[in-house]
Amino acid sequence: MLAWTIYLSFAGALVEVLLPRGRAGLARVVALLFALAGFGLAIAGFAFGMGQPRTTIVDVMWVPSLGIHYLLAADGISLVLVLLTGLAAVAGVLFSWNIDLRTNEFFAFFLALIGGVYGVFLSFDLFLLFVFYEVAIVPKYFLIAIWGSTRREYAAMKLALYSFVGSSMVLIVLLAAYATSGSHSTSLVDLAHAGLSPQFQMWAFPLIFVGFGILAGLWPFHTWAPTGHVAAPTAASMVLAGVIMKLGAYGCLRVAMGLFPHGMDPWGSSLIGIGSWRDVFAILAVIGIVYGARVALVQTDFKFVIGYSSVSHMGFVLLGLMTLNQIGLTGAVLQMFSHGVLAGLLFAIVGRVVYDRTHTRQFADLEGMHLSKRLPFAAWGFVIAGMASMGLPGFSGFIAELQVLIGSWHANPWWTGAAGVGIVVGVAYTWRALQRAFFSDRIPTAHQLELEHGHALAAITWPEVAGFSLLTAASLVVGLYPKILLDAIEPAVKTLLAGGVQ
Amino acid sequence: MNYAELFRATLPETVLEIAALLVLVVDLGFVRKAAMKTRAGCAALVGIAGCIAALWVLPLAGTYSAGKERLLAAGGSAGVAQAGILILTALTLFLLIDSKFSRNPGEYVAVVLMSAAGGMIISAAQDLLVIFIGLELLSLGLYILTAFAKQSGKSAEAAVKYYLFGGMSAAFLLFGFSYLYGLSGSTSLPRVVLGTYVAAGNGGSPLLYIALVMVAAGLGFKVAAVPFHLWAPDTYEGAPAPAAAFIASVSKVASFALLISISSVGIHFMESLPLTGGRMILRAFTSGTPQPPVVLGLPYGWGLILTVLSAASMLVGNLAALAQLSVRRLLAYSAIAHAGYILLGLAFFSWTNASAQAILYYILTYGLTTVGAFGVVGVVERATGTDRFDGFLGLHKRNPLLAAVLLVLFLSLAGIPPLVGFWAKFNLFAAVLGVGGGVVPFALVALAVGFSAVSLYYYLQVLKRAYVMPPIDETPIKVNAVTMAALMLIAAGVVVFGCFPALLQNWIASFDPVL
Amino acid sequence: MNGIPILTLLTALPVVGAAIALVTGKHARGVAMITALASLAISLVVWMHIPADGSIGLIEHHAWAPSLGIAYQLGVDGLGALMLVLSAIVALMAIDASHRVHHQPGLYFGLVLLLQAGLFGTFTALNFYHWFLYWELSLIPAFFLIKLWGGPKRGSAATQFFVYTMAGSVGLLLSFLAVFLATGTATAPGSMDFHHLSLLAYTGELEQMVTTHFGAHAMLWLAIGVLAGFAVKVPLMPFHTWLPAAYAEAPSPVTMLLTGTMSKMGVYGLLRIALPLFGHEIARMRTPLLVLAVLTVVMGAWASAAQKDLKRLFAYSSINHLGYCQLAIFALAVPATGAAMSAAADQAAALNGVILQMFNHGITAAALFWFISMLQQRSGGLRGIDDFGGLRRPAPVFAGLMGFALFSSLGLPGLNGFVGEFLIFRGVFPLSWVAGTISVLGLLITAAVILTMIQKVFTGPLPERWAAFPDLHPGERLAVAPVIGLMILIGLVPQLITDSVNPTVVNLLAHWRF
Repeated sequence: MLAWTIYLSFAGALVEVLLPRGRAGLARVVALLFALAGFGLAIAGFAFGMGQPRTTIVDVMWVPSLGIHYLLAADGISLVLVLLTGLAAVAGVLFSWNIDLRTNEFFAFFLALIGGVYGVFLSFDLFLLFVFYEVAIVPKYFLIAIWGSTRREYAAMKLALYSFVGSSMVLIVLLAAYATSGSHSTSLVDLAHAGLSPQFQMWAFPLIFVGFGILAGLWPFHTWAPTGHVAAPTAASMVLAGVIMKLGAYGCLRVAMGLFPHGMDPWGSSLIGIGSWRDVFAILAVIGIVYGARVALVQTDFKFVIGYSSVSHMGFVLLGLMTLNQIGLTGAVLQMFSHGVLAGLLFAIVGRVVYDRTHTRQFADLEGMHLSKRLPFAAWGFVIAGMASMGLPGFSGFIAELQVLIGSWHANPWWTGAAGVGIVVGVAYTWRALQRAFFSDRIPTAHQLELEHGHALAAITWPEVAGFSLLTAASLVVGLYPKILLDAIEPAVKTLLAGGVQ
Repeated sequence: MNYAELFRATLPETVLEIAALLVLVVDLGFVRKAAMKTRAGCAALVGIAGCIAALWVLPLAGTYSAGKERLLAAGGSAGVAQAGILILTALTLFLLIDSKFSRNPGEYVAVVLMSAAGGMIISAAQDLLVIFIGLELLSLGLYILTAFAKQSGKSAEAAVKYYLFGGMSAAFLLFGFSYLYGLSGSTSLPRVVLGTYVAAGNGGSPLLYIALVMVAAGLGFKVAAVPFHLWAPDTYEGAPAPAAAFIASVSKVASFALLISISSVGIHFMESLPLTGGRMILRAFTSGTPQPPVVLGLPYGWGLILTVLSAASMLVGNLAALAQLSVRRLLAYSAIAHAGYILLGLAFFSWTNASAQAILYYILTYGLTTVGAFGVVGVVERATGTDRFDGFLGLHKRNPLLAAVLLVLFLSLAGIPPLVGFWAKFNLFAAVLGVGGGVVPFALVALAVGFSAVSLYYYLQVLKRAYVMPPIDETPIKVNAVTMAALMLIAAGVVVFGCFPALLQNWIASFDPVL
Repeated sequence: MNGIPILTLLTALPVVGAAIALVTGKHARGVAMITALASLAISLVVWMHIPADGSIGLIEHHAWAPSLGIAYQLGVDGLGALMLVLSAIVALMAIDASHRVHHQPGLYFGLVLLLQAGLFGTFTALNFYHWFLYWELSLIPAFFLIKLWGGPKRGSAATQFFVYTMAGSVGLLLSFLAVFLATGTATAPGSMDFHHLSLLAYTGELEQMVTTHFGAHAMLWLAIGVLAGFAVKVPLMPFHTWLPAAYAEAPSPVTMLLTGTMSKMGVYGLLRIALPLFGHEIARMRTPLLVLAVLTVVMGAWASAAQKDLKRLFAYSSINHLGYCQLAIFALAVPATGAAMSAAADQAAALNGVILQMFNHGITAAALFWFISMLQQRSGGLRGIDDFGGLRRPAPVFAGLMGFALFSSLGLPGLNGFVGEFLIFRGVFPLSWVAGTISVLGLLITAAVILTMIQKVFTGPLPERWAAFPDLHPGERLAVAPVIGLMILIGLVPQLITDSVNPTVVNLLAHWRF
């Protein structure tokens, strides 16, 4: 059943392409219907599949000569991320309701992207996973380049090239693992049991981890993220930060760590306390957390704050992965979900609700606009989203980051300490953005008042309210009752830990 | 000499030649007074029919030997390459229908068919002389085709350059061949290869290496490998679009098929050298049986030369393509880069037929994609008068279907799954790594994959014009229905073969070598 | 209570009310009023149903995230229930006092109700996770109430308030994370359950676990972290600097909530969390803590004497009054060595005093700020101590009723303020006569300050401009009268509270290890 999430999304993209041009309303409704259908399937799949071990959905021989299977399967981790994708897809369509330029093409690219993402999360054949992974790259280039804003062509190209460089690193390891294992199969399970030598894993692991990590915003390969997020149209930033970055993290978890667990073994010697690739990446993750937060603190563009905050939050995911213990990994997966929802929400507010009305994202301009009064919906929406993003208890972020921190404590308390600094700075930059964008005390000049009266900001539309409610509800539900996802994630992580990693 | 056998062996080529004559007869005899469009249509139609007929008789073709020495092989990779040549030739003829560069479509088609016949001969050739004759037949046709747009100075200039470089390289090749003959005392490929091993075993005669370098130079010219690539950008730019498509696809297929024959023989000899020598030659054709993995035997030799050519082509092709502003030149440099990838497959050639099949898969799909790409370029050129990037501005608005075809083809060239270009690369690189471990093949594959990432940049430059940047001119571009259908067929092929790669793989594997 | 999750309902009610208030706009005050009344009713029901033996009752327990040791646990004893009633009363008063909010009333009352929900949650939660959730949740509405409806310097005041409290929360959070990590084993997650942790602490296991996990003295650092969180909230000097600005800039009804209830969260935290878990460590730090508490008492009073702004004056006075609570709490943490047994009666007296004082100060301080807001309404925003004079003549009822509140704050016998402070000093003197003696200074200064204030505002010559100072109109009288009545009632019949609180006190003391 879950396989239909993929097919439906691609079918939706095809339908959008075939729709008559100039019928924007129709294109929107069609996109929404397809996204909703995918989301519905994802929910149903989640409800039925929760707590079950990995279940195979489709297994067909695809390329016999290379032993490649069309193998779709889902375990708890996949289910959670598929759910996230469905959520992001629906919210993305809702927040793109005001796109008038080449509407059907926009939704075609969007749905194709979503289809690719569903595919990655459901693939249990490394090759298939890679194919879907690449499928997701191209649409996002066009989404940003055509419908984006600030320096969109540059950002789109940068994003595409970074992604492609990352995926070529993945491809190299894929080829090497396939050639080395001699198992004549690219199924993740077969490759994991192929008995790849520790020496091979030792160099394959860092290569593929970085390859996927680029998309996950691994410092110092994160630079595509802020520019890409800023330039992208709202729905694309939402999906980019919400789901695409998760593709990278998911790849790190499922492929890099699942197939090459010995890559994280100690080297046998250590340099300033770094004794394995695991230490290296954990430290990079921590640097990402602190650096992202620190840089977010000094941005003058509202969207850049969110862009860098994504780098910081994704650092938690990567740190959670590198803890290699049950609680840390569970936290990492939960953080993927949480950040997916929250980043979507934040980008939606900044990009759609605010920017599309004010046409500026500079704090210096926003300060004089009294947005808390003129756009109370945006202001209070951002308050809620910001709180959630800060990791306030009651929202999904808290429990996820808590788990990561606890896990990292068991692994290495220094990491926890440094990441804690990131959280504190995180509170600071969110607060600063909130204050400057919405609740500034600056007294408006007479000229500004005049302007304000002349240009009333457009009213909030129902898709915005619906999208906002959807994402907020998701974060709240998970924050208030994390068991709903943890019950799915924990057994899957346990299997993963028992099966390969460590 | 058995003429019946010879006739049977060259049946497809003969069919092509007859078709070529038929085209001239029909064009000059029956429709001479008709409108240009009709004449072009008729000529193309007859030509296509000829290709189909040749394809039909292809399975009947057998091997041909003079005495003990085999001159022409049949089936196997040769068969695949020949079938590919015929299909691609037919597709390039479709592009003719809509073009207006020549007032003599009949002549054009005839030359194309004759060149294709040359390509078919080299695909199957097992003897140095046959190889050379086939190459010349092919090349002469290509020079004429390049110059076919008689009103265009560019076309003439390109043809002259192509001709001069081609002549030079033919000389090199002949020079190399004569040394090889001198070393081995035979022009038969298996014996020649054996001779090189004997020479290498005797302490490595310097003549051998001169010979290998010369041959590499000659063949490198045909596949446009760096540093023998200089003709390619100018030719691709100057030749009429259908001719350029033909050069970029058919001639490449034929040349790589030749390289495959050379490599296949060579590898097997390495294995059997310590045994009895000549008698083992026949095993060359029973490849596929499991054999111990063979690493390149020569410390420096053919494989090394190919490796160097491959690395240089990838490097120069991809980097130079970054700086291009003309789509044709872009395609030329990208062709150089693709030749680099394929040469990598030849440099690390596998004992099993995995390598041969991977290379054939690559070159056929690449040819298919390139024909489509030149088709689109031709259409855009006719509408805007230029093949520069700016001509593609706003293509998605001017003709969405054409833009979609361009999107599919260029993404396939960049190696984006699930399009066929990706599978080709994957197949090829998997075959390279499957040959044996070691750092060198791995590093080269890493280089190749890395350059694929780079290549996305320049392909996206064109797609960016077509989809992203604002159009200057919004008038719709009209495309002849037949051309459009052919282009869509190609794009559909790229997608379908990409989604179901086993289709093409099984087809290639279904060609059994004829013993 | 027959399986009805009354505590959950109590917490959920204001949230629902807030949602309704948000959308009703102009009628939000009515919605808030009804919600607050209903909350009060429920909290009284809760008060009636607490177990007579002083243990925790009305328990709700549901698994939540077992892998993290988190469960949804609610329950109240006498302390918790009293705080619920106090919160309900003060919230009602605050909503009643907010009839002048014209700007975005829906949002305003929504935030007030959310704040109330946070309070209810904090006073009922028995697991660190959602206790902390409510603790933080109450902070956010308070911030915005100050930020959006406050006085001229509201921006910096709100930020200061937020930053200080947040910093305190970080200390709390880190300490609890450490406790969680220390109590966990390789197979089982650690614990965040207050009850479970207090049992561990009582037997000394907690200290052992923390020491093996984090090394010697770690427990002391954790205690400091937790104390820091509460010390900011109550506040304890020198962590008080956010308070005067916040109290002064916040709109008066919000100040009522801040001082009446939110400051009690800190004291409650000390009793519910700090003493049960870290009693031993607090006992070890008793002397420095006592010094700070005495400092808070004396300097709070002293600083209030120096204020010209009535709101600031009562802000410092609040610091002083809550200083007594902290004084008693730290004083009763007598190290286990020596005459521990003989101190039991004194400790019980002090603790009874603390709880009573929490309630009394909540009511009284809220009432005082309410009167100030009425004063300000009539004076056109003026609230300097020197701006008035002789008001008892034009506004006798006002002066009289506010007089009750002032004398309650001063600790006049017969009014509620006296009982708590008496019990505190009754307990503190035998436990630490030095601290007790010095703190009496605080009592004296407060008395002087309040008497001066009465003198300057209500007696003396009546300035010309206040000749027509309007008295309380009947509606206001009706609203204020029950509160004044409550002050008198508790002053005369403190058993109303102590009868229920005393078993709790005994029960609490029995589970603390010093």
